[in-house]
Parts: sequence; C-alpha cells; structure tokens
Amino acid sequence: MNDFMRPQPVTKKFLSPGVIVLLLLAANGLAFLAGRFLFGIGAVTNLNNQYPWGIWIGIDVAAGVALAAGGFTTAALGHVMHREQYHAVVRPALLTAMLGYTMVAVGVSIDIGRYYYIWHPLLMWNGSSALFEVGICVMIYMSVLYIEFLPVVTERFIGRVDLPGALARLNAPIDRLLRWLDRMLDKMMFVFIIAGVVLSTLHQSSLGTLMVIAGPKMHPLWQTPISPLLFLLSAVSVGFPMVIFESLLAARSFGLKPEMHILGRMGRMVAPLLGIYLAFKLGDLFIRETFVYLKTVTTVSVMYITELLFGVVIPLRMFLSPAVQKSPALLFTAAALVVGGVALNRIDTFVVAYTPPYALGSYFPSIGEISVTVGFIAILVLLYRAAVLIFPVISLPDRALSPQSKYSVRG
Amino acid sequence: MKSQNRRSFLKTSTAITVAATGLTPSTAHAGPTNILSPDRMGVLVDTTVCIGCRNCEWACKTAHGLETPPLDAYEDRTPLAKMRRPDETALTVVNQYENPKEPDLPITVKVQCMHCDHPACVSACIVGAIAKHANGEVVWDTDKCIGCRYCMVACPFQVPAFEYHKALGPRIMKCDFCSERRADGKLPACVESCPVEALTYGRREDLVRIAKERIKRSPDRYVEHIYGEAEVGGTSWCYLAGTDFDSLQFPKLGLNPAPGVSESIQHGIFAYFVPPVSLYALLGAVMWTSRHRHDEEEEQS
Repeated sequence: MNDFMRPQPVTKKFLSPGVIVLLLLAANGLAFLAGRFLFGIGAVTNLNNQYPWGIWIGIDVAAGVALAAGGFTTAALGHVMHREQYHAVVRPALLTAMLGYTMVAVGVSIDIGRYYYIWHPLLMWNGSSALFEVGICVMIYMSVLYIEFLPVVTERFIGRVDLPGALARLNAPIDRLLRWLDRMLDKMMFVFIIAGVVLSTLHQSSLGTLMVIAGPKMHPLWQTPISPLLFLLSAVSVGFPMVIFESLLAARSFGLKPEMHILGRMGRMVAPLLGIYLAFKLGDLFIRETFVYLKTVTTVSVMYITELLFGVVIPLRMFLSPAVQKSPALLFTAAALVVGGVALNRIDTFVVAYTPPYALGSYFPSIGEISVTVGFIAILVLLYRAAVLIFPVISLPDRALSPQSKYSVRG
Repeated sequence: MKSQNRRSFLKTSTAITVAATGLTPSTAHAGPTNILSPDRMGVLVDTTVCIGCRNCEWACKTAHGLETPPLDAYEDRTPLAKMRRPDETALTVVNQYENPKEPDLPITVKVQCMHCDHPACVSACIVGAIAKHANGEVVWDTDKCIGCRYCMVACPFQVPAFEYHKALGPRIMKCDFCSERRADGKLPACVESCPVEALTYGRREDLVRIAKERIKRSPDRYVEHIYGEAEVGGTSWCYLAGTDFDSLQFPKLGLNPAPGVSESIQHGIFAYFVPPVSLYALLGAVMWTSRHRHDEEEEQS
C-alpha cells in the first residue's frame, strides 16, 4: 500500500541533544565573529599580506556555493525536464540552496574588510573581474531562490493568518495578499526557475575563473584554463549527492522512512555526471602533463589524489552498483564521499594550491577562523531544522488523502 | 567607460557555454579599459648604484603620513639583514643581497609597486577601485574599495597590503607613485630623496632607452636584462642589476599580461550575453516540450 506523499511541516520538537551541541558551536562561532567586528580581521584570522584569502573564502564561500548546487540541479530535473517523480526532493533541495546561499552571502560580508560596502558591486561594475561576475550572479540567484521558496510560505499561511491582538485586523488583507502572490507566482514561476538554472551555471563556472588570475602563484595541478568548466561539471555532479546526503540525514534525524526509491534513482544519475567530470579532470592532467607533480609524495599530491580517488573514482564505482542504490547506508557513504570530494577540491583550489612569493610561512586557519566556519555550518543546520518544522518542505505520507484525490489536488 | 563596462559584463555572462564548448585562452591580451599613454612616466631603478641608505623609505613614509623614526635612525643597517616586504606600514622597503662579484659591497634593492602596464589588480578588482592612469600610476580609490583583497590574490609581485587590524575602514596600502606630489609638479618622494641617483624618473620609453644605453656602455657592470621592460606585459618601474634577477628575489614571470587568461575566459563566456541568453532559451524550450509531453501522457492514461 503506497501512501500518498505530500510536503508538510514535520511535527517534532526543535530541541534535541544534537541541537544543543549545534547551539553551543554556533555561540562559539558568533563570539569569535564579534572579535572580528570589534578588532578587525587580523585579530581572529591567520590571514596576512601574503595569504589574503583563507577558509572563510575557501569553505564558507567556494565550497558553500558548490554544495548548494542541489538547488539548481533538482530544479532542472524536476521543473525544466518535468520529472514529476522527483518533486518530493525539490523543496528540501531548494531550502538547502536558499540557506546555503544566505550563508555564502554572510560569509562574504564578514570576510571583506568593509562589510558596509557590500552593495558597491551593484553600482560599481568591473566586467573584467571574475569576482564581480560571481558577486552579481550570487546576489541575483539568492533573490531568485527566495522567490522560488515563496509558494511554500503562501501554502503554509493561506487561510491560517492569525495575528494576535490589535494586529488581528490585518489578517484579512494579509491573507488576500498571500492568495494574490500565490496566483502570480504560479504563472510566473517558470521565468525564475529557468533564470535560477542559468545564473547557477554562470557563477558556478566563474568561481573556477577566480584563481586563474593568480597565475604562477597557483600550483599547476589546479591552475588550468579549463578550471571554470571543471567547477561547473563538479557542481553539477555534486548536486544530487548533496540532496541524497541531506535527505538521508534529515530522515535519520526526524526518524522518518527515507525515500529510497527516489534517492536510489537519483544516485543512478550521479555516475555518468561524475564520469564526465573525471574525464575532463584526467584529460587536463595528461594534456598539460601535470601528472609529473604526482610522482612525489607532497601535501599537494596527497590532496589531489585524495580529492580524485575518494571524491570521484570510488563514489563513481559505488553509484554504479545496484546494491548501493538500494542500501541507505551505502548510498549515504557514496553521496558523502562526493560531497567531501567537491568541498576538498574547493579548499585545494582556494587555499592549498595558493603559494605566494615571499611567504614567510604557510597558512593554516586559526581557531577563530575554524570556529566561525563551524559556527556558520551549525547555524545552517539549525535554520534547516527550524524551517522544516514550520514550513511544508519534507514530503510525508498523507493518510487523509485517498489515491483518487491525488489527481484532483494536482489539477 | 560605463557602457564598456556594461558590455564586458554582458560578455562575461556568456562565457560558460563557450568554456563548455572548448576555449583557447592562448590568445591572451590586455584588458580593453587600459589607458596606455606613450607619455606614461616610470622610474628606472639601478640596483648597481643603490647604496642601501634607506632615505627613500623615510621620504615615502613622510610623504604618505605614515609613522616613521627620524631620518638619522635609518643609518642603522641592521634591518637590511632580514628580507622585508612592503606592507601597510611601509610602502617601499630596501632589501640586501650578497654580491657574488664583490662580497664587501652587498647589493641593495628597493621594492614597491611596479605599476604594471596591464595590472592584474585593476582587472581583478570587483568594483573597479584600482585604476591605471595615463601618467603611469596604478592607484587605489578608498571610496569604492570593499576590502575583498582579490587584488592581493591577483598581484604577481605580491605588493598590495591590507590593514588587517582595523575594524572600520581598513585600507589597501601600496605605492601610489606619489600621485598627489606628481600632480603638483613634484618628483616622487623616493626619487627626490635618493642621494646617489639610483632612481631615475622620466617617460617610460626614455627610461628603457637609457637602460639599454647603460647596458651597452658597461656590459661588465650589468646583466643584459631590463626587469620590467617585458615582464607581465611591461611595468612602469624597471630595474637594472649586476647579477641574475632570480638571485635578487624578483619573481620569474611570463611576458603575457597577468590578467590575460582570466579576461579571455570572462569575455569568452559572456560574449555579448549570447551564451546565457541561448542557454535560457534552450532551457525554456526543454521545459515547454517536456511539460507538453507530460500533459499528453496524462491524457492518454
């Protein structure tokens, strides 16, 4: 007997032992962040004139953008290619992308020295700058993600607006506004969905252009003119694994039955995507003959091989196996490897591969930098948890609906 | 200027598709927004003349309102023993190297922003806060800068510095070629203060000619290389030396302008916005046909 699945708020308590740990990590991160705002970036980071970018850019921004790729890949699959069977994962992926990009935006604003000038790129354009392109695309895409999420908000509150006290008079107008928004969005949404996919391909690849200008400061293993293409391909291949990863994690955390029939089928699509990425990565390695750097055991060669072997080759083989597609544990492992591999690739490109001239030492993130990054990730998970408790995001079996009414609802 | 920026942004948004269909960044050329006047000025630094007195360090700090001990204190040569870099407290520094020809006379090299003809920092800056002016200087605009430090990532000479310990209004600090002094008709402070004329200020074209003549006149004194004449597409500051530039810690750089490949990719992806718009149209078509097919299937079932 197949229960009909419908997105609805999860009915669980917000607090749990895990949530308390996350709250502590978040508070710790915010404390160090206060230090950054009171005493400057130098007070909490190990950054200096030789190493201007650290993990706040490498992880919070670069890896953050890559791991939010689940948003545009599932939108392309579910809405553009119109594969209805995947609709159950579109909302969780959208929520992750929306929160992920919000974290990226916050991450950028705390890393730049003059955070109060964050709006400058909107007015002051420099078309030759890859960073300008990334910045503009991320700003627009983030707005698009919020618009895409609006129907979830209207769905939650239409007919349920109930403000307390004197504000109660506003209930009816707000309800009318929500209904109007809902109708408008229903007609317009395709514009935003396509725009979201286009904007994503643009900035996911431009993120790969960022370090090209560093020229000889970059290790040749990562300094390639096809870096934007590699970034785009890896973002596309990490999209579904990220959705699998978070869906299984959320199912575990809320004690729900994982939707293995959808996730397994998504997993099957990951292998060819990873294969294309691997082909370009290896092609680049052999055409530019950078494999010579892998002959000796150094930090860079170990990082490169880890990234490729554990992040691409092993999960590629795993996703091809039917046993993996059926087992939540194995599917989770394979997805986590891809997620880790792409995150490692971004850290490698932005932090490990960068060796400036005249460096007096090498860069390793400070306790403050790590605390802030960990704190942000904790806040992200907390916001996700809060959002799925409030809004209809996760699809749950809905016994109130008979199979027949399934079609009337959709129409 | 504005429309040029807009167009190049359009170009940028298109580049991804081009990148995906194969790209040839070997034809790297400089950014189109560069104003390169044939009369742009420069400085020729003759390291065989420099005596390491560090008067230029003092003059620079004084001219830029940076904290400095009195000039007498610079007679102390101990700071020379350690390699230093220009930073937020000193826009120029002098470093000392062993002289293989005459061990008693160490080589001293003044370091500051090279004022590239095709600056990577200008190309990289997210808000266009750094500009190359017709008079040769590469200057930074405090009203635009957001403090992202991408210029520091981009600079092949690792020159721009950042005020990491300022919570509000941290600045990017680098040699500004004494922009204000020169506008008043004065010499750059370091050039004016140099007691042995190791620094020659003039039109870059003339300086390269002078440098070539010096090498020709005393081939034993110099290595046959003017550092900055061709490196990263040419720099406004050029150097002469009596020994290999590698041993004086000059970075070994190619002859293509530093922003070249990056700009080619950017402008390729966004060629007149064609790639993003085509991608949008393509996705729209896919969306329409797949929804159409889906509706048909539903009707049949």
